[in-house]
Amino acid sequence: MQQIINFLIRNKNKLLFLVLLAFSLFLTVQSHSFQKSKFINSANFITGGVYSWTSDLENYFHLEEYNKQLLEENRRLRLRLHLESDTLPGDDSLGLVELKLVMEDSLVKLPYHIRSAKVINNNYSGQNNYITIKGGTRDGIAPDMGVVTSDGIVGIVENTSANYATVISLLNANSRINAQLKNSEHYGTLMWNGEMPNIVQLIDVPRLAPVSRGDTIITGGRSLIFPKGIPIGQIVDYRLDQSESYYTIDIQLFNDMTSIGHVYVIEHTEKQEIQELENLSEDD
Amino acid sequence: MTSRTLNNTFRFIFLILLQVMVLNNINLFGNLNPQLYILFILLYPFNSNQSALLILSFLLGLGVDFFENSGGMNAAASLVIAAIRPWVLRFSFGVSYDYQTVKFSNTPVGARMSYVGILILVHHFCLFLLEFFSFAHLLLILEKTIFTGLFTLVLVFLSLALFNRKK
Repeated sequence: MQQIINFLIRNKNKLLFLVLLAFSLFLTVQSHSFQKSKFINSANFITGGVYSWTSDLENYFHLEEYNKQLLEENRRLRLRLHLESDTLPGDDSLGLVELKLVMEDSLVKLPYHIRSAKVINNNYSGQNNYITIKGGTRDGIAPDMGVVTSDGIVGIVENTSANYATVISLLNANSRINAQLKNSEHYGTLMWNGEMPNIVQLIDVPRLAPVSRGDTIITGGRSLIFPKGIPIGQIVDYRLDQSESYYTIDIQLFNDMTSIGHVYVIEHTEKQEIQELENLSEDD
Repeated sequence: MTSRTLNNTFRFIFLILLQVMVLNNINLFGNLNPQLYILFILLYPFNSNQSALLILSFLLGLGVDFFENSGGMNAAASLVIAAIRPWVLRFSFGVSYDYQTVKFSNTPVGARMSYVGILILVHHFCLFLLEFFSFAHLLLILEKTIFTGLFTLVLVFLSLALFNRKK
């Protein structure tokens, strides 16, 4: 017994090192697994508070840019107002706010609810980037909601606290989003290879799909996160993968991921009902 | 003694905030952000308790991880350099390190450079290895380690020059 205690005392630094290292590696491995609620995240009181304080300061430098974005959105809305009678609901050229209008206008009310939120921290330099937004459970924001701007999609909510939420950015190696070609129904998975902050990849698109440079990519609507038809980006390059039967497509985002000020959070209001139904069918 | 503790506490908090509020938004050439927060570990008094340093380094890294949503990457990397620090000290400053006598501000420049350089390289390599989380990207990891490392090195020496003047 005495020897064991002596051993522990003699090697206390090594043991301390190993225990702490094991714990931090555990946290790291957990952070690389997809869609798991994490203990270490910036949606808490202290980190959220610090970020929202700095973003208040930073906002002054971006006012002009945000104004421009708002003007552009207003312009499109006005255009839409004038053309209302000739435009069909669900037209792909519409941005998100127009989409909301369409939803409210149309007789069939679509099951989406849209909230706005302010970005207080945005990373894009690493491999697994996150965005922190001001707006949490108190504002009705919950995990797995889609996040978009007027130009395109941004990511998916992962963790929430009372007043803040973290969003898995499109620019995250763990991010997987369903997307499709605008002019056909062929779909694939949107992911990021970690290289350029304005280029993402669409993989697993069947070889039969009519792919050409300059085509638009939109959200696929096969998940409950994003409504179908939100524009994502434009094809800049494509090639066949190793199996020679699927395309890997490089897409230039419409959104500038390095400069995001305000976002919209989309909630699918009938999600729970659909999921319960699906679980029921799986159990049978 | 208390002024030293106070000094270190202040440095601990200040460096975390500086890292997450300012340095993580630099994005030089697209994706280079210096990791200056390890200055705390570099400057931690040489003759102090090693266990305390291990725990503080872990907490320092974890604090940065909380802000970056990065799991335990910074905690692990900081812990590793805290653990190898005694060997690096002996390697860089030689016999004069053997307890108490060395003060960081009056060591030869070459020795100081090797001490800071080795710890920065090890830290950044661990950090980026855990970030990419695969050996397949080894070349990219090394590239990022070297460029970010140079950036951090420059900032470390700039801050040393800035804050040692008054002594």
